[in-house]
Amino acid sequence: MSTKVRVMPTLLFKNVGLVKGIGFDSWRRVGSAMQAVKVYNMREVDELVFLDITATREGRSPDFDTVDELADECFMPLAVGGGVRTVEDVRRLLQVGADKVVINTAAVEMPELIADVAKRFGSQCVIVSIDARQQAKGTYEACTHSGTVSTGRDPVSLARKAEEMGAGEILITSIERDGTMRGYDLDLTQRVSEAVSVPVIASGGAGSYEDMAQALRVGKASAVAAASIFHFTQQTPLEAKRYLREQGLRVRL
Amino acid sequence: MRTVGIVDYGMCNLDSVARAVEECGGVPVVTDRAKDLDVANRIILPGVGAFPEAMRNIKERSLDQILYEQVIDKRIPLLGICLGMQLLATRGWEGEETAGLGWIDGEIRRLEPSGEDTRIPHVGWNEVQVIRGSPLFRGISSGRDFYFVHSYHFCPRADSDVIASTPYAGGFVSAVQHDLIFGVQFHPEKSQRVGFQVLKNFLTMED
Repeated sequence: MSTKVRVMPTLLFKNVGLVKGIGFDSWRRVGSAMQAVKVYNMREVDELVFLDITATREGRSPDFDTVDELADECFMPLAVGGGVRTVEDVRRLLQVGADKVVINTAAVEMPELIADVAKRFGSQCVIVSIDARQQAKGTYEACTHSGTVSTGRDPVSLARKAEEMGAGEILITSIERDGTMRGYDLDLTQRVSEAVSVPVIASGGAGSYEDMAQALRVGKASAVAAASIFHFTQQTPLEAKRYLREQGLRVRL
Repeated sequence: MRTVGIVDYGMCNLDSVARAVEECGGVPVVTDRAKDLDVANRIILPGVGAFPEAMRNIKERSLDQILYEQVIDKRIPLLGICLGMQLLATRGWEGEETAGLGWIDGEIRRLEPSGEDTRIPHVGWNEVQVIRGSPLFRGISSGRDFYFVHSYHFCPRADSDVIASTPYAGGFVSAVQHDLIFGVQFHPEKSQRVGFQVLKNFLTMED
């Protein structure tokens, strides 16, 4: 049997509060991180993703104190990313309560970091996050630094490389779809899912429960991450899972 | 109130476990020192990471001997979580062959995919089917979902040490018990209410 599909709310952290943008831009403030963590904890969501979207661009390390405070209220799996560049960053994040770390820019710039972290802490705690921008139809390019720097690399081969280096999961985000609530990029998700054997988390574009079902079914993802749909609409992770169950997918309820 | 020694051998994941113990009514003491563990009436061996490095760290700190005294000689109940459960085995095969603590006879092997849907690592929520009554699962019905994140699994030599299994990658052992030594492959500290019930059971069970 397969594992149960996960619905993962994503919290994007900038300066001192949560934000959500569109296409990795036009950030809107969406409230306090602690409040969000408490609510999601009470609602027993499957897993939470917490990304500090300015750490890398500002050349900062992860904000360990903030993660520590949030993790203390988080009795569900917590993946933390943003500014992770060294094994020591990872060690400290795990120490303050993260269960997994999300590595994006550093995974492209120094892929050996993935191997070092996997060797030291195990593959299961390494999520490699790839932000992909669509080029001409049917081709994609991976970007780093919260989508601001183009790498010229194909996200599918990057995902393969990440798996080879020891990544335990791949988080694939469509930059164009992000925040639009027009649905996940199914083609991108499917290509990555088919290229690797580790679990793939689809991200960017969820606007309805059906979008999630599509990412899981057509995109062959193991989990769906979503932010806007939970911040800006009445839709909830629990209802999402009820819908997914009606569609015949295995969920935890 | 139970004092719960949470063994710190440099492999992280300690804060979550300590916070969960607190929420479950225990007093957590995160430590690698014999004198702290000596006053604990429960011991939790947590762990995220790779087996060989974990065993190296344990030995460097003489924790194998310190824990042996508490768990085997003094029969203080111990709960191994995830990698902490795996370390209870005789040996592990993660990367290289490594001797474990050897308190529950068995080996740690890599999960093998059983079909197209089986992705490794096994990450996410899955069912824990209780195979035999154990104080650890008191009040918890068989088939509840717990949070897993692992690539290796415990293969005990004796069926009698198995208390629960999970239907993934052909089925694997998700909880073991030998006398007062318990191990769970899932993360009770991250499995919300049902996970807390496991921790509460461990804290409140009779010695």
